[in-house]
This record gives sequence, structure tokens and C-alpha cells, in this order.
Amino acid sequence: MVNKLLNFFEQLGSGFRARLIKLGAGTRLFFLIIIYSADSFKRIHLTIKEIYFTGVLSLVIIVVSAFFVGMVLGLQGYYTLEKYGSSEAIGVLVALALVRELGPVVTALLFAGRAGTAITAEIGLMKATEQLSAMEMMAVSPVARIIAPRFWAGMISMPILATIFSMVGILGGYVIAVIIIGVDEGAFWSQMQANVDFHNDIVDGAVKSIVFGFACTMIALFEGLDAPPTAEGVSRATTRTVVISSLAVLGLDFVLTSFMFV
Amino acid sequence: MKKNLVSIEKLSFDYGKESLHKDINMEFARGKVSAIMGGSGCGKTTILKLIGGQLVPKSGKVVVDDAVVHEQDRSGIFNLRRKMGMLFQHGALFTDLSVFENVAFPMREHTNLPESIIKDLVLLKLNAVGLRGAHKKMPAELSGGMARRVALARAIALDPDIIMYDEPFAGLDPISMAVICDLIRTLNDALGATSIIVTHDVAETFSFADYVYFLADGVVAAEGSPKELLASKLPFVKQFIHSEKDGPVPFHTDAPSYKSDLGL
Amino acid sequence: MDRIKLDIWVGILVTIGVISLFGLATKVGNLTSNSIKNTYSVIAHFENIGGLKPKAPVKSAGVVVGRVDTIIFDTNAYHAVVKINIDGRYIFPKDTFANIYTAGLLGEQYVALEAGGDLENLVANDRIMQTQDAVVLEKLISQFLYNSASKEE
Repeated sequence: MVNKLLNFFEQLGSGFRARLIKLGAGTRLFFLIIIYSADSFKRIHLTIKEIYFTGVLSLVIIVVSAFFVGMVLGLQGYYTLEKYGSSEAIGVLVALALVRELGPVVTALLFAGRAGTAITAEIGLMKATEQLSAMEMMAVSPVARIIAPRFWAGMISMPILATIFSMVGILGGYVIAVIIIGVDEGAFWSQMQANVDFHNDIVDGAVKSIVFGFACTMIALFEGLDAPPTAEGVSRATTRTVVISSLAVLGLDFVLTSFMFV
Repeated sequence: MKKNLVSIEKLSFDYGKESLHKDINMEFARGKVSAIMGGSGCGKTTILKLIGGQLVPKSGKVVVDDAVVHEQDRSGIFNLRRKMGMLFQHGALFTDLSVFENVAFPMREHTNLPESIIKDLVLLKLNAVGLRGAHKKMPAELSGGMARRVALARAIALDPDIIMYDEPFAGLDPISMAVICDLIRTLNDALGATSIIVTHDVAETFSFADYVYFLADGVVAAEGSPKELLASKLPFVKQFIHSEKDGPVPFHTDAPSYKSDLGL
Repeated sequence: MDRIKLDIWVGILVTIGVISLFGLATKVGNLTSNSIKNTYSVIAHFENIGGLKPKAPVKSAGVVVGRVDTIIFDTNAYHAVVKINIDGRYIFPKDTFANIYTAGLLGEQYVALEAGGDLENLVANDRIMQTQDAVVLEKLISQFLYNSASKEE
């Protein structure tokens, strides 16, 4: 019995220690990326190729999800507001919910699932098939050539995708509220304009999406590099990317919200 | 000019708990094809990684062209690696680039040559390995042997002084094996390079290598030219060369007595 | 994947992103109405500003005519000094009232300017002399209790 308890604490301790080591290694990777980032901008086509793979290929899922999220917000929001006679505030509700929270957060979660796993799998496989080793032996730094462009691509794509998400979501809310349900169009937009502040809401939302972009991309890159060079190792790493990215995004969302909007 | 382009002096290395190499000395003469042989897991590939600076020895040193590898700074290692070409076990071609792009990669990264010259050079290298016609293909479309030849073309793209081969014959059909054998020898002589091959393929290697090292239990068990080794009386060498099932390298790994395992 | 195609697609992505940002900024947010270029500042002293915050609107007749710039505490006279930026298009007479009202029942507080009849107008760095403090709920309640108590007497 005592043994089991001691075992439990030992596992807890070693797990904590392992995660601490990972955090340190991740920080070191971040600084390496910054040091080797010159190539990502001098040979911009490297980064552009990665923006295509992380950003453009995520467009479809982002736009479709945004439209549905906006419509659901419009639907749920309308029926709740109507009970208090404030159905004209539906525009404000949809806009604020999206711009402040759902835009950055849901985009980040979708990004982690789509682009994050792709990055982890790709880098994990490159490591497993010794492509990274080969590059090193050819005196080309894999961080400069492979990792850094993906990092900057993620950092650039995320805010763009989050902005698109918010805008499409609002359009979705508009379609439901104004076109289908029949809320007054003028009231929809004017109430929204009166209550959504560019600096406080939109810019803060953009800052959130940049922070989430950083977190998701770093996690995806690190898990890919850290994956054991086996099939099982890579698949576990992609799962970890999604799980840890999601938790990080939600946790950071709480932290950022508490000192941005309160 | 020193006789040995690469030399390993009193090298010890371990992967954490178990020591892999104990105090070994090796020399690789200029212009010669040397082979490192031994059973699986005896640390042959690790030697290549130590020469290339991807791993750091626990004690002793690896000297390449009069420079101690692990004492180099970033630009030092960069310069050393420019002189090396390495062929990985399964080719390690960049899967997102075509055959042409793969071979052009080192040239594009390290030289400022204009595209027209790069094109000519790439086709030249591919021609040397007999794959000029495949230059538009993607690595996924190549067979194992072809992929390895492309990787070889990439390894010699910048005419390196040292070419390292990690198990170049593993998993190849007899024809491809003969092709690779031939290529290793002719390229070495044509480029005046020093080739180091890690393998456990006795017949093929002995047909063209100049000098062979045998690694076992973390030390150099035997060394010499193929002729000397064929005549060697050392039991380990004999077991290896004549493919004997049991000898100094035992068939059974360490285990408690059979009786106790069966519970009798 | 040749470069031109990549560049086109990435360009499309960035363009859609910029359009979205623009859309958010203008149609959704109030960026356009926020850019009041020519402003002049005037000062008003309040005994109690309630929940007034910087960047709160300054309205007159319900129309936003400016923004609250800074709120500081005067340690000499122990009251609040509120600096407001008024849109240069609007001129107010010197005897304008500055009151702190609440938008809606429990909403944000704002400064309401009620124009007086003075012939001279407020200029930059002038001080609004007539002010009315924000309504503090506790004072209201105690007033109400006091009033009802005195009625019973």
C-alpha cells in the first residue's frame, strides 16, 4: 500500500521533471529559431511555401466553421435575448463573442488540429527518415531551413485566419438574424458599431490570436522534433500536439481575458 | 600533406549507461576506401556520426584534416562538413523535392552558381550514378536502389574529400549491390576522395575495399587489408568472414539457466 | 508546387485577411467614428466621478462630441480633475454644464454637456465651471431614508 503511494509520487515527480525538461528544451528551440530566422525572411519563398501549407489549406475549414459558429450564435443568442426584449442586441452579442473569444480561440483549436498535426507529422517523419540528419551533415542548419520558416508561417497565418473567422462568423450571424429571422438590419449593425470598440475588442482579439499562434506553432514544432523516430512515436507526437495546444490555448485564453477585458 | 585525412585517437563513447567504444584508434588514409565492419549494434554508425560532429566523444578525439572535430565552433564544423558527403542508410532524400532538386540542394545552399551551371552539374552527377533520365521524378516514385543512387549523387554534389556510407548495401538486390560497389570504387578514385564504409556485407566489401576495421565489444577486434583478414586466424574474424552461426559472438544472449526459466 | 501558384494563393489569403480586418474595423467596430482629428481639451472639476473612465464618451444632446482624456486627483483641493477632448467642430459656451450620467439603467458612465447661454465660448485649456457629480447609489439611498424618516416626523 505504502509502496503504491510512493510509486504514485515517484511517477508524479518524474513526470513533472520530464515536463520541466521539455519546457526548457522548448524554450531553447525558440531561441534557436530566433537566431536562425534570417533565412526565413531573406529567402522569403521558404516562408511563403509554409504559409500556403498552414494558412491557405486551413481556409476551408476556418471559413465553414466560422459560418456555422456565427449562425449558431445568432440562433441561440436571438432566442435568449428575445426573452428580455433585447433581440436588437443580437448584433452586439455575435460580434463581441466572436471578436473577443470565439474568433481567436476556435481558430487556434482548429489550427492546432489541422496545421499543427501536419507540422508535427511532417517534422517527425523527416527526423525518422534521417532527412534532418542528412541536412545537418550537408552543413545546412535544419532549424534555419525547415523549422524557422514554419514558425513564422504559423505566426503570420494565425492572426489572419482568426480575423477571417470573426468576419465570416459575423456574416453568419447576420444571415440568420437579419435575413432569416428578420431582425432589423440597421439595428443589427448600428448597435454593433456602438458597442464594439476597435482598440479594446478587435485589437485585443488580434493580440490573443498572435499569442495562440505562437503557442500552437511552437508546440507543433517541438513535438515533431522530439518525437521518437518510429511510426508509433510520430503518431503519439501528433496526438500530443493537439492535446497540449488545446490546453495551452484555453489556459492562455483565460489569462489573457482576465487582464484584457476585466 | 598528412597521410591520414581522418584519424580517431583513443576514442571512448557511450550512450548514457553502456559504453559503446573503449579507447579505440583508427586511421583512414587519403584516397583509400576503408570499411568498418562488425555485428549489429556495435557502434559502427556512431563512428560516422562522431566524424561528422553530430556526436561528441566522451574522451579521446576525432581529427579530420588536422582539426579536432568536437573542438570546432559553428563555422569550423560548417567548413568540415562542406568537405564531407554522407550517404544514409535509406537514402534520406528530401521527400518534398524532386530528384533534380535533391541533388541541386547542396549546390544551391553553399554556392552562388547560376542556374544553368547548377543544371549541368546536377545532370553530370546523376549521369555518374546512371540516373540522369530520372531527374524529374519524386523520391516516392523511386525504388530503394535508385533512391540510394540519387542520394549518392547528392553526397558527391560538391566533390567532397570524405565520402561516408552508412550500410550502403542493406536491402539491395544483387544487381543494385554490384552497381553500388562499382560506384563506390570508381567515384573514390575519380574524385581522389577518402571513402569510409560502414557495413556488415563481407563479400561485396572485401572485393573493393583497401583496408578493413572490425569492431566488437567496443574495441577494434581486427584490422588489415582484405587479403590479410581472409588469412587471419582470429576466431572473431573467422566467424564473421565465414558466416558461422556460433563462435566468439555467441548465439545465445545471456540468460539464466534453461532449467530455471522453465520452472523445473 | 511551383512558386507562382504558391505566391498567388498566399496573396489571396493575405488579401482576404486584410479585407476581413478592414471589415471588422469599419463595419463592426467604431474606428471611423473614433478618429476625431481636431480636438481641443477642456478641464472640469468633480467632487465624485463615480465610475467614469478615460475614453468614456462625452455627449451633448445624446450625440458623441468628444472623449474623456485623463482623470487625475488634485491633492490641493481634493477633487477629481477630468480632462476631456472635444471635437473641434463643436463649440460650447463658457457656462456649459458638465454632468456625469449613466447610459441606460446600469450602463457605462459618460460626461454630458448641456450648453448654457454665454456669449463667450470655451477655448482650449479652459475650465468648465458648472459641474454635477455622478450619482452615488449609497448617497441616494441614505438621502431617500433621510427623507422618508423626516416625513414620518
